[in-house]
Amino acid sequence: MKYELVVGLETHVELATKTKIFCGCTTAFGGAPNTHCCPICTGQPGTLPVLNKRVIEYGIRAGLATHCSINTVTHLDRKNYCYPDLPKAYQISQFDKPLCYNGYVELESGKRIRIKRIHVEEDAGKLVHERGYTFVDYNRGGVPLIEIVAEPDVSSPEEAREYVERLQQIMRYVGVSDCRMQEGSMRCDINISVREAGTSAFTTRTEIKNMNSVNFMEKAIAYEFERQKEVYSSGGKIEQATLRYDEHTGETYPMRTKEDAQDYRYFPEPDILTVNIPESYIESIRASLPELPLEKLRRYTSELGISDANARLIVKYKAVADYFEKAVSLGASPRRAANMIVGNIYASIATEEEKEKFRIAVSPEEFAKLIRLTDEGKINTTQAQITLGKLLESGGTVEDYISKEELSGMGDEDLRKICEEAIAASPQAVADFKKGKDKAIFAMFGYVKRATGGKADIKKAEAIIRSLLQQS
Amino acid sequence: MTSTISRLSALLHAGVISSTELTRLYIAEIEKRNDTLNAYVHKTYDEAIANAKAADKLLKEGCTSPLCGIPMTLKDNIATDGMETTCCSKILRGYRPIYDATVWTKLKAQGAVLLGKTNMDEFAMGSTSETSVYGRPKNPRDLGKVTGGSSGGGAAAVCAHIAGYAIGSDTGGSIRQPSSFCGVVGFKPTYGAVSRYGLIAYGSSLDQVGPLTTSVSDAAIVYDAIKGIDPMDMTSTDIPMEPTNLDSSPKGLRIGLAKEFFEGLSSEMTAVIRGAAEKYREAGAEIIELSVPSLKAALPVYYIIACAEASSNLGRYDGIRYGFRAANYSSVDDMVIKTRTEGFGREVQKRIMLGTYVLSSGYMDAYYKKACLLRERIRAEMNGVFEKCDVLFAPTVPCTAFDEGYSGGNAIETYLSDVCTVPVNIAGLPGISIPAGKIDGMPAGLQIIGNRFQDAKVLQTAYIAEREGFFDVEDVEGGVRL
Repeated sequence: MKYELVVGLETHVELATKTKIFCGCTTAFGGAPNTHCCPICTGQPGTLPVLNKRVIEYGIRAGLATHCSINTVTHLDRKNYCYPDLPKAYQISQFDKPLCYNGYVELESGKRIRIKRIHVEEDAGKLVHERGYTFVDYNRGGVPLIEIVAEPDVSSPEEAREYVERLQQIMRYVGVSDCRMQEGSMRCDINISVREAGTSAFTTRTEIKNMNSVNFMEKAIAYEFERQKEVYSSGGKIEQATLRYDEHTGETYPMRTKEDAQDYRYFPEPDILTVNIPESYIESIRASLPELPLEKLRRYTSELGISDANARLIVKYKAVADYFEKAVSLGASPRRAANMIVGNIYASIATEEEKEKFRIAVSPEEFAKLIRLTDEGKINTTQAQITLGKLLESGGTVEDYISKEELSGMGDEDLRKICEEAIAASPQAVADFKKGKDKAIFAMFGYVKRATGGKADIKKAEAIIRSLLQQS
Repeated sequence: MTSTISRLSALLHAGVISSTELTRLYIAEIEKRNDTLNAYVHKTYDEAIANAKAADKLLKEGCTSPLCGIPMTLKDNIATDGMETTCCSKILRGYRPIYDATVWTKLKAQGAVLLGKTNMDEFAMGSTSETSVYGRPKNPRDLGKVTGGSSGGGAAAVCAHIAGYAIGSDTGGSIRQPSSFCGVVGFKPTYGAVSRYGLIAYGSSLDQVGPLTTSVSDAAIVYDAIKGIDPMDMTSTDIPMEPTNLDSSPKGLRIGLAKEFFEGLSSEMTAVIRGAAEKYREAGAEIIELSVPSLKAALPVYYIIACAEASSNLGRYDGIRYGFRAANYSSVDDMVIKTRTEGFGREVQKRIMLGTYVLSSGYMDAYYKKACLLRERIRAEMNGVFEKCDVLFAPTVPCTAFDEGYSGGNAIETYLSDVCTVPVNIAGLPGISIPAGKIDGMPAGLQIIGNRFQDAKVLQTAYIAEREGFFDVEDVEGGVRL
């Protein structure tokens, strides 16, 4: 029998607000344990949550960027459960009126992974096991999250990866999260089930919680697909369970079964008023959204004529795409700019994080200037690369590294003059050339090289000299 | 003379007595009376003297607040930085908050002097203050009777004049009911009028902070000092609120009497409340008989919603971060279970279980959701009532103070006695209880209820009786008298 995979993903994304969702504490990652907290986010008796408006704004941004509708009247709910990292014994979340609903994320193939809902909630603290004790660090408690719940439209491990990476890219583009999986600012719960190919019934699913690496997620899904297929092929049944994926063995293990399912006793949070969102506010957020990565990729390849590979590598980081577009708007040719970003600038940046930030010593203005000079033939590619290297290392302007003389010596008119001089200065070579001794032209190249300090484009010089000699 | 805030304030501002001297007088009286009354469970004399000295300085600098230098108390569920705040529960034994409740921040800024924290039912759950882990406070009018609850310690302290005024909290009647039992004035403001930040939650959508005082004018003074929007409490209102002007005429005042409040009521209590209404009518008010059918649902609605919210609010007491922790345990889960089993009293455990049940999947629709729907109906009907009248008159409690120990064997009857106070919380309305008569020697409170944010109307109506001397419920002897 042929089987197909059905994967549903629930993705938690930490919002990049400066302060927590219900108090003024910083959301900065790290910090000594229990130094980023206060009476409110540690749930001291008598304290009350005050909703951070930015969280709603960011939630709406995330929703609009994934083509969701926004609930203009929404509220928060309490999700009750007892765990030491949850100081109030309830998480303030959203239950029946999520902030966003009915959206989708488009994959490159054009397939849409439908988004069922996006709701806002608070993160919990963290348990730290050390020296035989368990400690609780509440720094992360109250950091705002959105939970993005996708419909089970993903049907391969690769699609799951692409979905998560697209989501990551979109969230970074609209500025709501840095989505660093290794720091936990993006985490995925995956629901996996297997059914007979071509059928549409839902079968029993297993869940793997808190995946914080796309690679392991892909592997875990692939493993679980194989495992479930095997169980079905041998006539067995899949038991609904929460699994743990072991990164070392590459296998999944049961953590708890359905019998342990919790009753969260959701009810509306009485301490927080109903949130009313004016349509005009939603529209103002919509108007401020940037072009999304997939649209950008398509535009780069089709309109700007950039190679697919380069376009992908630029679109991957919003800061780079912004930089690139700024340079192009200043007159740089898109293809050359793209080549130099991917070929030269990237080589000088060590980490993904730095690429994301893209804080380099060369302003887009200088970069554009450099590309323009190359486009115009005033400098050659080698020179451009050397100059870019110097700019990247020490900053400054193009003029700091290429003198006026050098620049002026390289205009088409100037090159023409030098070529004329070369001809005038080489009567013997001209005579030989006219006699049919083609190689004699090299003597004149030598003159041009010397006169321009090696900066001239020799191919161009050759063309000029040939045409001059033919005219005479 | 009765030491009302107005009188004490006049003496302080005239320099007849300093706040430090006045505070020492109160401390001496507390030392004399509290062993018997058990009104105070945490005495904060060091804080009081420090507050008094600060107040004396403020007075010299020309502070105009009528509360400057007046010694007072806070209920033991209102957070005070560095000072024990335990909700009279074993589970919060030794808990010292690291922040101040907004109500205390506001009062302190106006020169209030904190004598201590007062006794209450554990986590404000009860109508007698007998569920306190510190033992019950006694009713100064009859030591064999309960003070009522849950703000029983505050009511007893005000009644016995061992506090200038008390700050309490009212979820289903916890300010008004003990005020009625002890014969003092207790005012529950509109939900949202006073910040709840720092009030340890019982039923969050019902809880409200308010004053217990010896007079209506005092209640207005304290209310004015604590009301207003608080950025720390999203449910506090941003409606601008003027200082309360107590002057009003009874002429043309429309007083509503809802028949539901009188059904099954004793003839004595009926006589007190109807007699009170009659005094107003004689002074020019109009009596309007009316009906609010949904009031019959108020009690179950209250117990379902309050317990549901409580079951969630009290989940945080797990022994991990503060308060009591069980001594012997084998795991984290075991520690939490033992801590809660040993740390919470019976009544609290009962309400947590009830609340958990009504929120559980499979039962939520039948209980919690239905209660929420009924709550909306009660609100709507109450809103409609105030188109026909300005205020409602009702008993605060259908009876006078219970004998001590009564409620232990009569849990249901005790719950039922909240019938007249809970609708006010459910609808978020302002309500005041003033002593309006006596039955068998014990005071009986008249409850005056107004529409949302008509707090001034409620206080004005109550003040008419005070100004005109409608009711003569004599004061209790002893305490601080100047």
